[in-house]
Amino acid sequence: MRLIFELSKEGKEGFFVKNEDGEIRLPEELIRQEIDELPEVSEREVVSHYLRLSVMNYSVDWGFYPLGSCTMKYNPKVNELVASLFTDAHPLLPEELVQGYLRIFKELEEVLCEITGLDAFTLSPSAGAHGEFAGITIIKNYLEAKGENREVVLIPDSAHGTNPASSALAGYKAVEIPSDEHGRIDLEKFKEALSDRVAALMITNPNTLGIFESNIRKIADLLHEKGAFLYMDGANMNAFLGKVKVSDLGVDVMHLNLHKTFSTPHGGGGPGSGPVGVVKTLEPHLPGPRLVEEKGKLRWVQGEGRIRSFYGNFLVLVKALAYIRELGGRGLKEVAELAVLNANYLRAKLSKKYRISYETPTLHEFVLTDDTFRDKVSTLDVAKRLLDYGLHPPTIYFPLIVHGALMIEPTETESKETLDEFVNAMLKIAEEAETNPELLHEAPHVTPVRRLDEVGAARNPILRYIKPE
Amino acid sequence: MSRYIPLTQRDKEEMLREIGVSSIDDLFSSIPENLRFDGELQIEAIPEEAELIEYFKKLDSLNRYRDKKIFLGAGAYNHYVPYAVDYLSMRSEFLTPYTPYQPEVSQGTLAATFEYQTYISALTGLEVANASMYEGATATAEAALMALRIKKGKIAIAKSLHPQYREVIDTYLQKQGIEIVDIGYAADGRVNPVEVESKIDDDTSAFIVGYPNFFGVVEDLKTIYEKIKEKRVLLITSTWEILSLALLIPPGEAGAEIAVGEAQSFGLPLAYGGPYLGFFATTRKHVWKMPGRLVGMTKDVDGKTGFVLTLSAREQHIRRQRATSNICSNEAWCAIRVAIYLSLLGRKGLRKLAILNHKRAVKAASLLEKAGFKLKFSSPFFNEFVVDVGRDSRKFRDSLIEKGFVAGYPLADDYPELKTGLLLTFTEMNSMEDIERLVKEMEELR
Repeated sequence: MRLIFELSKEGKEGFFVKNEDGEIRLPEELIRQEIDELPEVSEREVVSHYLRLSVMNYSVDWGFYPLGSCTMKYNPKVNELVASLFTDAHPLLPEELVQGYLRIFKELEEVLCEITGLDAFTLSPSAGAHGEFAGITIIKNYLEAKGENREVVLIPDSAHGTNPASSALAGYKAVEIPSDEHGRIDLEKFKEALSDRVAALMITNPNTLGIFESNIRKIADLLHEKGAFLYMDGANMNAFLGKVKVSDLGVDVMHLNLHKTFSTPHGGGGPGSGPVGVVKTLEPHLPGPRLVEEKGKLRWVQGEGRIRSFYGNFLVLVKALAYIRELGGRGLKEVAELAVLNANYLRAKLSKKYRISYETPTLHEFVLTDDTFRDKVSTLDVAKRLLDYGLHPPTIYFPLIVHGALMIEPTETESKETLDEFVNAMLKIAEEAETNPELLHEAPHVTPVRRLDEVGAARNPILRYIKPE
Repeated sequence: MSRYIPLTQRDKEEMLREIGVSSIDDLFSSIPENLRFDGELQIEAIPEEAELIEYFKKLDSLNRYRDKKIFLGAGAYNHYVPYAVDYLSMRSEFLTPYTPYQPEVSQGTLAATFEYQTYISALTGLEVANASMYEGATATAEAALMALRIKKGKIAIAKSLHPQYREVIDTYLQKQGIEIVDIGYAADGRVNPVEVESKIDDDTSAFIVGYPNFFGVVEDLKTIYEKIKEKRVLLITSTWEILSLALLIPPGEAGAEIAVGEAQSFGLPLAYGGPYLGFFATTRKHVWKMPGRLVGMTKDVDGKTGFVLTLSAREQHIRRQRATSNICSNEAWCAIRVAIYLSLLGRKGLRKLAILNHKRAVKAASLLEKAGFKLKFSSPFFNEFVVDVGRDSRKFRDSLIEKGFVAGYPLADDYPELKTGLLLTFTEMNSMEDIERLVKEMEELR
């Protein structure tokens, strides 16, 4: 594979910029040298280069992508068209000129309130972890306004790493709560950890094992008695659409991942969007800017602090709204139902050859352990071998509480044929692990590159292109 | 059933049989009944594609800006995006994968990100750039947090930093109990050298300056650096018009150890504020203190060159609450767009574009001066500057809108002492003809 820099040849141009007469009003000492690292390439070569790079990627549009807790569902194409209507407005245009944009914010806030049962949303957060930081900050601001300086946020050991990292960023100490033998938060251990030093519990529901946290209402009540809050990580909201309103669970704050539940594409790691919803008591502490409506006109007002420039990842918001509007209430419910059906079908099929981490029923995803193959091959080997079968592997080695975890979330947008293809590949791999483990140790065999030296990459980091002398 | 769900009635029945339950509802039995929602969400469906598009076109028809001539910057810039950027970045292979956790099938994203890192490194004059942050303000706040990992202490911030960036830093730092010191600006619009001397001391961790600053003024970084280096204070630059770095002395060359900001100008549409792209660069020495993802070059088992995410022991999925940042999803796809954009513009094109922007702004300034306006500050600028309109700039701006021009960001709200200041921005998208018309209208309003 060649990099764009290696295609460079002096004198080529990929874009026309006019030379215009005029004055340069900058003193010599402020002007830099020309940037020699930038390439000189024609448009024809640039297009060819990135096209060739692109085909080395696996993507949702290409095929099955069952990454657990990532909800890699199909990204509807019409949403891209809808978003393309809204690309040319400067964010500092006066509000009276951009009422259409503001109306989109308003509508999305409203439908997210309807879906979750919460009272108010901010659409500012740029991703899930950004939403977590915003949500925990809202709680902190509320408590501080009351003169309370609590220090701790409780987090189950099955949680995503962003939960403790976001709590720390918001100035809290994260304290881990173990899971019980059913894969749920250990209620007794939770009670022991609960005190008036606790600001909140961050819970993912369904949790990262795909299990419904059935004590959640009780947990919420106990937290509320102590003046603490229940924060819900909405990464797995796909299982709840139209089936559970999180306000009924006692949730006070939650973030949604529009790039998971609401079908906006992941873009190879972003942009995402992580709106945060709250109950009435916390609404005054939402970060700004906030939208208000007066006489049918919308405008921005300040909130409590600000977490990014402007108002949020707007184009992601538009796509999510298009998705929600197209499906409507009934369609969203169907999403949850069929996501859960697909996951349970896979679970039933795979449990014949693999071990499920917990016997407890699961919703939209489930986790396999490496118990059945550990002595022959590793979870990584299984994942890499799936690549040879033209399938993307599940999330691996997460959650941390499951040995050699394979975390599988098919989503609702896969056919039975695709699920069967995955099952067949997994069964075949189980057989190969017995008969020809070397094949797995050396996998993948047919990908654009094979297993890469990650240890070497970290030991001697090469993080940019350097022109050979 | 939705067109996005490829399951037939018969499939569903077979699958339920395989699972061993009689209905889909049975699959939800682990949720106690009193916690289930029995009703239907009150959201009307628009299943017909044409009707859905019509719905959004109707919302769009509420907008009223497209017949206006717009001269706005202040953190978001109207630059032309070559169509090839859209064409390539919209490919499913770039748009629809997840974070490249399986590098063997993600070389496209990884290689393009590696190119992006190289571009940012070259532009900033620093050795290492990460794979992206959310946008400029959070990148700047994360730079402050990184500085605190290198040296504990106060954070000094120029008052001429973008006001929204400042608010975001406040949010991020106050939760950490960090003291912030304000550094004012002098009559020429640059940071006040007297305050740099007197307010920044040995207990200061870092000094954050806008480059160019919120008044469009190009700071003299080398002089600032000379004043703070003996106090071992890190110089951090924040740049929200990254095109300026194609023409101005790069922060790294002037002594900055962290250079961050907003890369929207390179191939991302205005899109009413996002998604944009935070860039983040530093020296090799500090790489382990850095937030965000990094792509590194390596070899596969056959000796073939390839790319992987690397140095991830800094990150939340491994280090949890001791991570350098909580960031997980970033703006990966936007970074790919930047890589494509810069590849197209290349060495010559980017320089020419930066000069074109600067020349248009200079022409506008000259015309305004000829018409009797004064610039608020005498220091050099790149493509935006503050003009003194002689009265409340908010009202002046509103009068211009009536004439068909959305020209300038009034400073009155953020800088009450600069009430008559209007921050005007000029890019290659503002034709000379429109600039001349704008000046004429401004002259009449004066």
